[in-house]
Amino acid sequence: MMEGFLFGLLAVLTLSGAVGAALLRNLVHCALSLTLTFVGLALLYLNLDAQFVGLSQVLVYIGAVAILVVFAILLTGGAGKMPTHPTVSAGWRTGWLAAVAVGFVLIGALLHSPLPHSDVPAPEVTVQQIGRLLMGPYVLPLEIVAVLLTVALIGAVIVAMPERKGESK
Amino acid sequence: MSLTAYLVVAALLFTLGLGIALTRRNAILVLIGIELMLNAANLNLVAFWRFGAHPEFLTGMLFALFSIAVAAAEASVGLGLVIAWHRHSRTTDLDGMTRMKG
Repeated sequence: MMEGFLFGLLAVLTLSGAVGAALLRNLVHCALSLTLTFVGLALLYLNLDAQFVGLSQVLVYIGAVAILVVFAILLTGGAGKMPTHPTVSAGWRTGWLAAVAVGFVLIGALLHSPLPHSDVPAPEVTVQQIGRLLMGPYVLPLEIVAVLLTVALIGAVIVAMPERKGESK
Repeated sequence: MSLTAYLVVAALLFTLGLGIALTRRNAILVLIGIELMLNAANLNLVAFWRFGAHPEFLTGMLFALFSIAVAAAEASVGLGLVIAWHRHSRTTDLDGMTRMKG
């Protein structure tokens, strides 16, 4: 009972943040609403006994991605003023129709598929175990992610760097 | 809670993210929609890990961790592109973004 109530609360928190990001007009409000969704997802991960993933979610999404989004909004001058022109594209009805159709297909498939039953005991996961796996069988993906992050950082800096005068355009 | 409940929440989150990505005009908000879809997929991975047959192998959880790292890289490059585009054309409206050649 208590567990169901907690799950419902977290689900409502997560989804209301996403609804806010979909409907609000001011860009900064959208970004704050997105942060609410990230918090809800981190709490859902903690609820699923995935403490390490939950805290990574807090660090990466709330700590980095949300801040990055807010910085991008401020740098592109989307803050402060309420937009006067429409904030959705001309074909927004078709877009939402397609999205809702996809949602119906997903949920319909979910409710009709045989899924494993829920009453499994929570596995004991220590950070030591995760570290051993990352340094053992998963060392190649870890290195590839490291290279990817380095390349993405350098790429983002180069893409966002102002063009110098005299360089060919 | 059952696995189905988590998967339904993830499906709803994916739907909302897809709707945002398809309908909003601002490029930053489209990136936000894509982030929401990635997060829904991560929730699926962790839920399947928790209720799957062998949670002691941590496969789904590590997959979610790698996915978070890739999503962070994607967000940084995407926002860098938006900022570069804004410097070029003074707008982040997607309707005007028909050519990206310098």
